[in-house]
Amino acid sequence: MAATVNTRKLARTMLMPAVIILFIWMIVPLLLTIWYSFQNYNLINPVNAGFAGWSNYKYFLTDPAFFQAFANTLILTLSVLAITVIGGILLGLLLDQFIYGQGIVRILVISPFFIMPTVAALVWKNMLMNPNYGIFAWIATRLGFAPVAWLETFPLLSIILIVAWQWLPFATLILLTALQSLDEEQKEAAGMDGANFASLFVYITLPHLARAITVVILIETIFLLSVFAEILVTTSGGPGYASTNIAYLIYHQALLDYDVGGASAGGVVAVILANIVAIFLVRLVGKNLDA
Amino acid sequence: MGKIVLEGVEKHFGNVKVISNVSLTVEDGAFVVFVGPSGCGKSTLLRLIAGLEDVTSGKIYIDGVNVVDLPPAKRGLSMVFQSYALYPHMSVRGNIGFGLKMAGMPKEEIRTRVDAAAATLNLTPYLERKPRMLSGGQRQRVAIGRAIVREPKGFLFDEPLSNLDAALRVNMRIEIARLQKSLATTAIYVTHDQVEAMTMADKIVVLNAGSVEQVGSPLELYERPDNLFVAGFIGSPKMNLITGATAEPYGAATIGIRPEHLAVAGDGDGWAGTISVAEHLGSDTFLYVEVPGVGLLTARTQGEVAFHAGERVMLHPDPARLHRFDKSGLAIRN
Repeated sequence: MAATVNTRKLARTMLMPAVIILFIWMIVPLLLTIWYSFQNYNLINPVNAGFAGWSNYKYFLTDPAFFQAFANTLILTLSVLAITVIGGILLGLLLDQFIYGQGIVRILVISPFFIMPTVAALVWKNMLMNPNYGIFAWIATRLGFAPVAWLETFPLLSIILIVAWQWLPFATLILLTALQSLDEEQKEAAGMDGANFASLFVYITLPHLARAITVVILIETIFLLSVFAEILVTTSGGPGYASTNIAYLIYHQALLDYDVGGASAGGVVAVILANIVAIFLVRLVGKNLDA
Repeated sequence: MGKIVLEGVEKHFGNVKVISNVSLTVEDGAFVVFVGPSGCGKSTLLRLIAGLEDVTSGKIYIDGVNVVDLPPAKRGLSMVFQSYALYPHMSVRGNIGFGLKMAGMPKEEIRTRVDAAAATLNLTPYLERKPRMLSGGQRQRVAIGRAIVREPKGFLFDEPLSNLDAALRVNMRIEIARLQKSLATTAIYVTHDQVEAMTMADKIVVLNAGSVEQVGSPLELYERPDNLFVAGFIGSPKMNLITGATAEPYGAATIGIRPEHLAVAGDGDGWAGTISVAEHLGSDTFLYVEVPGVGLLTARTQGEVAFHAGERVMLHPDPARLHRFDKSGLAIRN
């Protein structure tokens, strides 16, 4: 759209207040965090205060828990992305077909998204994954297997399942709408051109979905990098650090170890890592969003 | 090769009969136009032939083979859609070559055939562009390129020109007709525009409410309409249809006279009336004449005439060009 110089100027002026507020909203916490990250600031040791130099960073980055948390964060994010995008496409394709009670089925599919993360995690922890009275345990014993203590045996996998369950509806919803916007005549044209179901999917449907997939990946990544509530109410990051991600590690540092300085350093590291991921993502998939 | 024969084809959607008992023959190499008002079933009939819809009953033969159970791709026809239905993420080359790629043709051969098709359609400079970077007319040509590159037994056109502006439509009309003649491939063309039908067709099939009203060459339909519907549908401006006392002396329930067969004079015999509107087009003048007891009649005179709105004129129908219809709307011929 070509805008005249005047409308562009007007648009910028009108945008200004919002941009300024957003900027302050972002920059104040960031500056404070950076400030604290260079301070000795431990709540149980108020005597030791003052400038700390890089020691908070050294401490955080050399902590073996950091590497595990970093790996866990990546595994969690990538696995949930893979499950939700692939699962979302498959569910979208299914829901795109006509079925009786379509409206109800769609509401059922979408409902997990409306459940609070803490509630969802508790439901999974107590009703599904509990080795004594959970449904999975019941199924396992019915089939003659020993029940699995999910959260103890496969802590990270359990978290991945819970988070994927929560985000699958979102992916399905976005991808389903994208599927529905695929021109019927295009499918028919491909049919006349001799495309079977597989080539129709590969050559027509998937390219059409590219933009929607990009949106799903970008939005989900933002939230998946900072998964917290699900971990807190289920495994508390354990056993050991087996299900601790960076967000949880920072929480651990600040509110369990009372080390505000160290946690702030962790926060700054997380911001840097998130930005690296963001740059990669925008480079990799962001070009799909052009026009 | 490409003779298409329909035998008693019917299509129902639930209880609604969309196509009832259509039988017709499309000769190899012919350009046949299905024309009718919107909702008459012409697009459905085309989709039945294409295989995009299943027939409820009846048979469709392409080169003698009954194809009603074959999927669209196996029927050897290609289709140009109203929306063009180009693949937006593929280049023009990808679009035109997609059918060949699906058929598993080697890359080199696809390339030569796409190049040839693009050359025919003046698309060579645009081969690497995406459809969204093309104008409406160019997209239209890509859609046609996609159809011709497969060298099908027949082309199916579903109102392909309705998204173009008037000037471009006339150009594309000529281009499509010329292309079809040079390829000598059977073509079925659906339109609601009787001008397109008259100008392009070897044979016109007039459809109304799911059945065939009349089949014939453009001039046959113009000169000898079988019934009131065809009489009113073919020809622009429309044929004047007069009922009641004026028609009785001719021994018909309705008489029809085309605007160009009404002689207009300042005096003499005929129907006396007052011009309510005069449209001066330069090449023609359309006069809308209010005749008491008969109604509003349209008269067409060649060139510029000195009649203006409000004047009284006499309309004299050419008796040899008068069409007579009985009560049920069928033509009376003697």
